Amino acid sequence: MANIKSAFFSALLTLFLGVSVMGLQLESAGIKLGVQVADSHTFWYLGLAALLVFGVQLFRDKLPRLRSDPEKRFEWPEVFKGEQRQRMWMALVIILMLMFPFVSSRGWIDIATLVLIYVMLGLGLNIVVGLAGLLDLGYVGFYAVGAYSYALLHQYLGFSFWEALPLAGGMAALFGFLLGFPVLRLRGDYLAIVTLGFGEIIRLMLNNLTELTGGPNGIGGIPKPTFFGLELSRRVDEGWGTLHEFFGFSYSPVHKVIYLYLLAFLLVLLTLYVIRRFIRMPIGRSWEALREDDIACRSLGLSPTWVKLSAFTLGASFAGFAGSFFAARQGFISPNSFAFIESAIILAIVVLGGMGSQLGVILAAIAMILLPELAREFNEYRMLLFGLMMVVMMVWRPQGLLPMKRPQRRLDTTRLASASTGEASNVK
Amino acid sequence: MSNNLLVVRDLSMRFGGLLAVDQMALTVDERQIVSLIGPNGAGKTTVFNCISGFYRPTSGEVIFQGKAMHRLPDYKIARHGMVRTFQNIRLFREMTVLENLLIAQHMQAERNLLKGMFNTSGYRKKEDELADRAAYWLERVGLLEHANRESAYLSYGQQRRLEIARCMVTQPRLLMLDEPAAGLNPRETAELDELIVELKDQQGVAVLLIEHDMKLVMGISDQIVVVNQGAHLASGTPDEIRNNPDVIKAYLGEE
Repeated sequence: MANIKSAFFSALLTLFLGVSVMGLQLESAGIKLGVQVADSHTFWYLGLAALLVFGVQLFRDKLPRLRSDPEKRFEWPEVFKGEQRQRMWMALVIILMLMFPFVSSRGWIDIATLVLIYVMLGLGLNIVVGLAGLLDLGYVGFYAVGAYSYALLHQYLGFSFWEALPLAGGMAALFGFLLGFPVLRLRGDYLAIVTLGFGEIIRLMLNNLTELTGGPNGIGGIPKPTFFGLELSRRVDEGWGTLHEFFGFSYSPVHKVIYLYLLAFLLVLLTLYVIRRFIRMPIGRSWEALREDDIACRSLGLSPTWVKLSAFTLGASFAGFAGSFFAARQGFISPNSFAFIESAIILAIVVLGGMGSQLGVILAAIAMILLPELAREFNEYRMLLFGLMMVVMMVWRPQGLLPMKRPQRRLDTTRLASASTGEASNVK
Repeated sequence: MSNNLLVVRDLSMRFGGLLAVDQMALTVDERQIVSLIGPNGAGKTTVFNCISGFYRPTSGEVIFQGKAMHRLPDYKIARHGMVRTFQNIRLFREMTVLENLLIAQHMQAERNLLKGMFNTSGYRKKEDELADRAAYWLERVGLLEHANRESAYLSYGQQRRLEIARCMVTQPRLLMLDEPAAGLNPRETAELDELIVELKDQQGVAVLLIEHDMKLVMGISDQIVVVNQGAHLASGTPDEIRNNPDVIKAYLGEE
């Protein structure tokens, strides 16, 4: 049997990794570090796992294949086809999403709001990574810029959420633009490394500019968004008053959560619409053209500089909006909220969803945020599950959950009959 | 000499110790088909890359319509009306044939983001104009029925023609074709021959051509420039070139 060797080594590897990760633990005893050996239970489990790996590897050929054909295109079931039906489904989903907070519990609304924030981030990063094909590992930096823009504008100048929101988007866009310049000549791995650096630089600056940002202590007391000037709190000292007094219903803390959820939903819908338009506009076409072949772009007079900068700038602006909303929701932000792992999660959402696909990004954001929340009991193994999910995805669907189906501009052949006869004279 | 469209003088390109192009000179007049021929590795494509700005020439001048091009970046040169194709076709493969042509017309497109965002009537009109121009050119190169297919699925000859159409929608003055007949069968080559002559006669573009197919070159060229080992060897009409002893020596070797 040819498999027996690879099966043996796989089992050995499992045992080795298992023993070193779970069997032995470093523990500090006084000032010394001691190695603590786990109990016999753990070793039984490890042995069992190794045996399982051995078995699976041995009979690998006879097991059903998990891998899907990467060439095969995803086809929607019949009920989702056609523009009219899709519109109906979209309307249905929107209505369900609007109803969701009123029939759900506070915890679920909170999680849903978090998912929506990540959807917004994923959609924004999708412009840079999915459409323009520029691997950006520092996206969280722009998220931080957006969050801190609102927090600082509030702290120093007393801006409200609604006043700060466009400015936060603008600030993030500005940073995207500025950071775009030095990386114009880079691509692929080099681009990834430099953007990774930028993300970290922004975080470290926020951490160390203690006078301005409060450093690691962060900024607290960031006010929640108001409803046309009405606050959603029990009582208020100044301003227009509170929502429940104005409309005359009794106060409940859930209202605030629902309001935040609806706001996030609105922002996501807006983001979706704007990016949907972008994809169909000349600017979106040029992003995709750049991803496909930058030399051909240049030969046709497209300036790669502007195409890249526009992708960075517009992509970053969505992170800015998401960031300021995040700051408003949390009420407290610190540089810790914007660590590299956030960039990794957002990138994972884009890749998992299927690069460039908007619906894919939404599904992936739900999966990426919801699963760890559901698996709270396995807290210690969350990263392990995360890794497992990635491996399974890469084997099962390397092209992503829902690979991008380009909204192709089609030539209208009915209009064409007239075009081809009358055209020769007016087109050079 | 007022109708010189493109003048290349003393063009040299050095890669480290290798002098790939040595003091090249050529001119292309309005509505002229000029072919650049020479043995493999003679530096024809390097000359092309220098003229179109993909390489920055070590020395020399490229004057197009009286303006110096040799310091400009490639995409600006293309905007001046000097557009090229590639030896190994470079299409936007995942995009449809139509979309390839829409991208090429980006200078004519409505680029105001707000107008596009709200899908104003002005924006839609501009987009329709682009599609009309694309349709016109697709018909000219015989690809109209394939307009909505992804360009990667076209046959080799169709891809070549699409690349030419993609150049033409940018409304160039000079079309630079790098081995357009490579890999085509005799019938496709004959069609290409016709197309190039048509472009010259009807659209008034000049064509600068790199080609190995001697039948095509001799048939359509007004001028032929022979390059050997990076240097200008001879230039003249097809008949002059055919009988030039230096050219024969370069191609067939000495006896």
